[in-house]
Amino acid sequence: MFDDLRDLYQEVIFDHNRNPRNFRIIENADRKVEGFNPLCGDRLTLYLQMEGDVIADASFQGSGCAISTASVSLMTEIVKGKTEIEAEELFKKFHEMTTGKDENFNLEAIGKLAVLAGVREYPARVKCATLAWHTLDAALKNEQQAISTE
Amino acid sequence: MTVFDVQKIRQDFPILKEKIRGKDLVYLDNAATCQKPQAVIDSIVHLYSHDYANVHRGVHTLSVRSTDKFEGARTKVKDFINAASEKEIIFVKGATEAINLVAQTYGKANIKTGDEIIITAMEHHSNIVPWQMLCEQTGAVLKVAPINLQGELIFDEFEKLVNDKTRLISVVHMSNALGTINPVKKIIAVAHEKGIPVLLDGAQAIPHITVDVQELDCDFYVFSAHKLYAPTGVGVLYGKQALLEAMPPYQGGGDMIRKVTFEETEYNVLPYKFEAGTPNIADVVGLGVAIDYLNGIGMESIAAYEAELLSYATAKAKQIKGLRIIGEAEHKGAILSFVLDKIHPHDIGTMLDSLGIAIRAGHHCAMPVMDFYKVPATARASFAMYNTKEEIDVLMNGIESLIEVFG
Ligand SMILES: Cc1ncc(COP(=O)(O)O)c(C=O)c1O
Repeated sequence: MFDDLRDLYQEVIFDHNRNPRNFRIIENADRKVEGFNPLCGDRLTLYLQMEGDVIADASFQGSGCAISTASVSLMTEIVKGKTEIEAEELFKKFHEMTTGKDENFNLEAIGKLAVLAGVREYPARVKCATLAWHTLDAALKNEQQAISTE
Repeated sequence: MTVFDVQKIRQDFPILKEKIRGKDLVYLDNAATCQKPQAVIDSIVHLYSHDYANVHRGVHTLSVRSTDKFEGARTKVKDFINAASEKEIIFVKGATEAINLVAQTYGKANIKTGDEIIITAMEHHSNIVPWQMLCEQTGAVLKVAPINLQGELIFDEFEKLVNDKTRLISVVHMSNALGTINPVKKIIAVAHEKGIPVLLDGAQAIPHITVDVQELDCDFYVFSAHKLYAPTGVGVLYGKQALLEAMPPYQGGGDMIRKVTFEETEYNVLPYKFEAGTPNIADVVGLGVAIDYLNGIGMESIAAYEAELLSYATAKAKQIKGLRIIGEAEHKGAILSFVLDKIHPHDIGTMLDSLGIAIRAGHHCAMPVMDFYKVPATARASFAMYNTKEEIDVLMNGIESLIEVFG
């Protein structure tokens, strides 16, 4: 019945929505930033544990739609063990992918995150996918105040 | 009155023939804005093609024709809500502007430090923020009458808030987030006992309920044309003449003056005192045509048909496991706000859209209502006179299928 939506709601997304990874609080986290999407009320808190410039641990709490939950869940998995610079690079690539401006975007190169490429066709949902990454960006820049996608 | 023939009505709305993602459009976002009948669309083309010029300003034929049509629409609005006079009908750009107008003119002139303004916990942001701004400017205090879990005003608590410091009560006639129809006559009776004026936000009520401002005895009534099958960009402020006479003007400019010198300005009479500048002529004319169209069907028949749609939809929704209706007031208009267990409204919205169904997912400009129910957002299906039971079946089947997909 929802054949048209296969690209947007891939099985991986349902899976992360049902069982979000790293859905926990890191006590005494080095970085803790809140992300908020006022349009749909999505709210998440991202926790990072740093070791030098490496993200040793990442977790989150909060509630959102399937796209935003899957996005933050996947993100916490992927950035673990990455340096700040590597994580920023991924953010840039993810942003390019979801805004869909580059027609020749190399989906292979972005690995697992490619499951979120479907939002390109749904402008109203792009912010759901990018909220996690904007929040990470703020955390890496050590901005303490809550960030908002508006 | 003729029998209510929904299929005939649907023929009058060209957009209902649109295909969305290859499917028949099922438009259930009427509380956000509703679609326009061909007669309204044609009226705008006709005005610009044959009768258009600026109003109130020329002796030439077209200006006279344009003015006649524009003022004719004012009379239609006056009759539609049964105001006592055209002087009480002010054209603005929407319900939002109408509330801001009252806050910044009546409010500024009459409300001072320590005074109180009462609203309810189910207001749209447009009936919250203008009063917060006024309170900030004047030092007045905003009081909020609470609601219960059904989404009804707790009347006793409201009554307790009314006191000698209350200067204005501003409440929604019908809630856009919950569908609740407030007991506005009772509210007005309590207020008037203490000489307190009442503003009713009729943005949602106007397409569903027969509104008679004299019978209600409200002091101000506001609504937007675009929710009444008319064009965007027009709203109406109704105010009792004596109140409007005593209020300072809102904006300064052309049309709202009688005589200007550099030393002083004499303001124009009502309603023009509040209509500075060239008004939205074409869309006001379109509003008049929408009212003619509605009168041709009859507001009573519309209300009866929509009540049937709502009870059909409510009964069906209640059979869906994991669906919780938000807003179950005993007295309710044709709005079905709901949440699904573990499925975010935004996902519901996208999934239904792929089936051609347009609903609203979000906070509906009523964030305090979302906070009260502890939900980030709701999904909302809102019905209009052109919707059918078959469309409700499509919606409910869609909801059941998406629950399955989400597992
Ligand atoms: C209850 C209520 N009041 C006020 C408004 C504001 O109307 P507008 O945006 O047309 O000014 C709305 C519109 O959604 C509404 O539902």
